[in-house]
Amino acid sequence: MQESTTINNFKSEEYFINMGPQHPATHGVLRLLLTIDGEIIKRVEPDLGYIHRSIEKMCERDSYQQIVHLTDRMDYLSSHINNEAVCLTVEKALELEIPDRVKVIRTIIGELTRIASHCLWWGVMGMDVGALTTYFYGFRDREMINDIFEETCGARLTMNYNVPGGLMWDIHPNFVNRVKTFIAHFKTKIPEFDRLLTENIIFQKRTKGVGILSKEDAISFGASGPVGRASGYSCDVRKYHPYSALDRVTFNESLQTEGDTFARYKVRIQEMWESLSIVEQLIDNIPEGEHRIATNAVIKLPKGEYYQKVETARGELGVYIVSTGTKNPYRLKFRSPGFSNLSLLNHIAVGGKIGDLVATMATLDLVIPDIDR
Amino acid sequence: MTNAALKELIASWFPNAKADMDHQNSDGDSDSNDNKESPIENPLEFTEEGSEFLNIQVPEALLHELMLKLKTHPETHFDYLFCLTGMDWEPALGVVYHLESTEHRHIVVVKVKTEDRDHPSFDSVSDIWKTAEFHEREVYDFFGIRFNNHPNLKRLFLTDEWDGYPLRKDYVDEINMVIK
Repeated sequence: MQESTTINNFKSEEYFINMGPQHPATHGVLRLLLTIDGEIIKRVEPDLGYIHRSIEKMCERDSYQQIVHLTDRMDYLSSHINNEAVCLTVEKALELEIPDRVKVIRTIIGELTRIASHCLWWGVMGMDVGALTTYFYGFRDREMINDIFEETCGARLTMNYNVPGGLMWDIHPNFVNRVKTFIAHFKTKIPEFDRLLTENIIFQKRTKGVGILSKEDAISFGASGPVGRASGYSCDVRKYHPYSALDRVTFNESLQTEGDTFARYKVRIQEMWESLSIVEQLIDNIPEGEHRIATNAVIKLPKGEYYQKVETARGELGVYIVSTGTKNPYRLKFRSPGFSNLSLLNHIAVGGKIGDLVATMATLDLVIPDIDR
Repeated sequence: MTNAALKELIASWFPNAKADMDHQNSDGDSDSNDNKESPIENPLEFTEEGSEFLNIQVPEALLHELMLKLKTHPETHFDYLFCLTGMDWEPALGVVYHLESTEHRHIVVVKVKTEDRDHPSFDSVSDIWKTAEFHEREVYDFFGIRFNNHPNLKRLFLTDEWDGYPLRKDYVDEINMVIK
């Protein structure tokens, strides 16, 4: 195979192993071709496309209302935010004035989605490094959010609550109370997360100094979301290109400078606090008004190009629509955060141990359908 | 930087590209779409029509030079390639690059196209932005556009033996595609 080298009088050789496509730590159908020398990783090459559905091609034949439904099959843990991204792009193109009520509700549900996604990530992160308990804690709290979504949106995961022009229907009468109950509940639970995992010395030793990404590389690789921010790269779309009601709330961008696995972990924990704070600022002040404004049954965007960025739980999602004035987009591109974040995996994993790869991947928080659009 | 200032600066890098700067307002974003009468030999074409960003159409020969300058020039400093899109404009094939500066927070869109559908190729920008390596592989996979000097240009999502390039407008697959 490769040339042999001698380390401490033992011969070592590079060889390949497959990680995935069915592997518990890849959280989906991702296959990694690992070139390793003993336990040291020499190269990680992702093999993608196992669940590629060519959503971009499907969008070219669908109407804009239909496209919204396809987007929550990308990053299913940020489904509401994905829907919102398409709706915002369409609304921007049509120059629709969206009611305040819609903006506030969208932001509240968007931030709850982020918390739910981070809860799941936190549970799985612990599980990946061998702490199965966290999984149940994370899912317990996520369940409360899912119940709120079920009541208001009619679905727990792929919500389809957004439509171009507003929301599918108004919020459930219980919504405000249940969200407040959740805020009070979850404020006591994040410290529990910290006690259980963050402060665990074994966990810290597994994650500190592992998978380091510098700020320059983070920008060059197009990293976004918690992955970028853990490297000190200020990249929160909610700060730089605020959308919906995010311009009327105050929150801190969670930044860390170490760029290692533990930093990415801390950013997400911090983000849960910030998202709670955003929801708290808005929940008592949902303006009265329409939950939807009428659009034409057949939406035709004016000829032109439209781009909208949003911050999903994983990072920057971009929707790029090229319209020729017909009822379908001429071309629609999704710039997915997971795709760019995956591209840097080889860079940060090389030279590390194969066991650390699992921890590193866990903090990239990959959702495979988001990569295989 | 405003779009007008960006346009003036970028045009000055390529001396032939005197996009009618006298039509520009002295300050602020210019919404004027009257820059169509630029001399024909201009290498770069600027437009803001139908887009919220400044669009630059660049000939393929100048692509890499322009991109490197956009990244390295301190006043533009476009260090973040946030979107790289393959396009089939029928009959032209091309690539659209969305660039942002994390320092100045301005955005520009660079477009390059070729009429050659059989052997389309552009210079790779993966040496300038590392994220381009994956994105260019995706474009190669779905549009069949080759990128010169790409370190690892092979199909990313589809299998190597896949016939054709699915995101091209003239792609036909009677079994797997549902056309309405």
